[in-house]
Amino acid sequence: MKYDDTAKTQKSKSLSIGVLGLQGDIEENISAARQALKDLKLEGEVRPVRYPEEIEQIDGLVLPGGESTVQSTLATIQHSLPAIKRRISEGMPALGTCAGLIILSRRAYDKTVGETGQKLIGLLDVVVERNAFGRQGESFESDLQIPMVGKDGFKGVFIRAPIISELGKDVQVMAKFNNKTVAVRQKNIIGTAFHPELSGDSRFYQYFLKMVLDFKQGRLQR
Amino acid sequence: MTISLVADEQKPKGVKIDSVENIQILRGTTLLKRGFAHMQKHGVVMDVTSVEQAQIAEDAGAVAVMVLDKLPYDVRKAGGVARTASVKVIQEIMDAITIPIMAKCRIGHVVEAKVLQQAGVDMIDESEVLTPADEERHIWKWDFTVPFVNGAKNLGEALRRIEEGCAMIRTKGEPGTGNVVEAVTHIKLVNSEIRKIRSIFEDGDSQELIKASRDLRASYALVQETARLGRLPVVNFAAGGITTPADAAFLMSLGCDGVFVGSGVFKSDDPAQRARAIVLATTYYDDPKVVTEAQKMVDEKKSLLGLDTKNLELRMQERGQSI
Repeated sequence: MKYDDTAKTQKSKSLSIGVLGLQGDIEENISAARQALKDLKLEGEVRPVRYPEEIEQIDGLVLPGGESTVQSTLATIQHSLPAIKRRISEGMPALGTCAGLIILSRRAYDKTVGETGQKLIGLLDVVVERNAFGRQGESFESDLQIPMVGKDGFKGVFIRAPIISELGKDVQVMAKFNNKTVAVRQKNIIGTAFHPELSGDSRFYQYFLKMVLDFKQGRLQR
Repeated sequence: MTISLVADEQKPKGVKIDSVENIQILRGTTLLKRGFAHMQKHGVVMDVTSVEQAQIAEDAGAVAVMVLDKLPYDVRKAGGVARTASVKVIQEIMDAITIPIMAKCRIGHVVEAKVLQQAGVDMIDESEVLTPADEERHIWKWDFTVPFVNGAKNLGEALRRIEEGCAMIRTKGEPGTGNVVEAVTHIKLVNSEIRKIRSIFEDGDSQELIKASRDLRASYALVQETARLGRLPVVNFAAGGITTPADAAFLMSLGCDGVFVGSGVFKSDDPAQRARAIVLATTYYDDPKVVTEAQKMVDEKKSLLGLDTKNLELRMQERGQSI
């Protein structure tokens, strides 16, 4: 009995992080999250998740960069979208970077093409403008100030990046670039227009993992 | 895998420094170029020649489209000189779809590449499907702000292209044949060459590794990085001859990061359905249940008939391999 108790405590400290493993820079997000676990000296595992039953077993979900149209099409075909939606609405923390931000958002439109009609999870109360800075030639790196993750500048890597053009009332701005909102938090959901997984700086993932730990230990406000 | 930045040229001309409200911004860096390629991973890039085809590809879940004047199968049939696509068609496609747009230029044709960059394509493919414009050199890709993808049929060729600044590799097959045999051969060759340098690296034998880099005709730093990673330091897609969902899943199972599909989709009689099926099989390549579902979506009677690659008059894969 005693042995069982120990196992239980261990388990509640050990985090299980899923990275939506359909398309995009899945491995880069896995290694960024693993680095953050290490830096925080937390126990846990990070793995790709593609099936609804895998989504049931995780404590936090990262939606990686890539092409949002592809990811939402695949998530719809293989029925993982409803499972993700339910888990997040029950309080599970989610971090969406670039394409992930788009999929989490309430509404998305393309700067040139307009409405896209793609399937979205819709729980993050923001409107996102896709490809807002232009095509790949306009992709850029620049230092951002993100007080919630630390004082020092954070390298923002913007690749065909979107911006957040409208915010709901419960949405908190985490970072701006040139007066445009590029990172937000709404309770258990974070969305970024840039790629924190490519900056070689684990602070953003550390911030997310602390949220996941709070959720797991019942401290995260819903 | 994280993004490897080894072999970054000192102050490449393609990097543009700008500022917005006194904040410095950088464009065209190796991180942004290779980062773009990383975003394509686990995806399917589809060859298209018109707005209609581009729309079908996007709806099916293509991660990007590659714009050509003719599909490789038709290039082979038409003969003559194959050049970059019409700028007008490229721009019409840009206005119609939201996913990235790639286009091909001839090997060594610096000005075709500059035109494509100016037109706003997201990635340039310096491709052996088109008729080479220079027998001696490829484009020095560090001079460009947009990223490039190049073909390679062995490790040395891949590393030489990376040295020239390409941000992504396509393991060459034989385009326009509907036959994956060449793609399979070359991926297995690259894999076995990497395994060899990896084992030399693990033995800590630097002298042997330098010897290997001379045989590969590639820089020691890049060979060492490849050996350390145990894979190519940039994203590597399979290309050439992919026709069915099972073909795509097979190539993914050999360790590719994604696939290019050329004539296989739009030279079939069921392009929309086939495109969807190939996307599904690429993502779930390791799940026989889903690959079977994807195979059910296509009709073998509607596949591109295909060609035996042994007796071809034109072997596109051999273009540019020795330089």
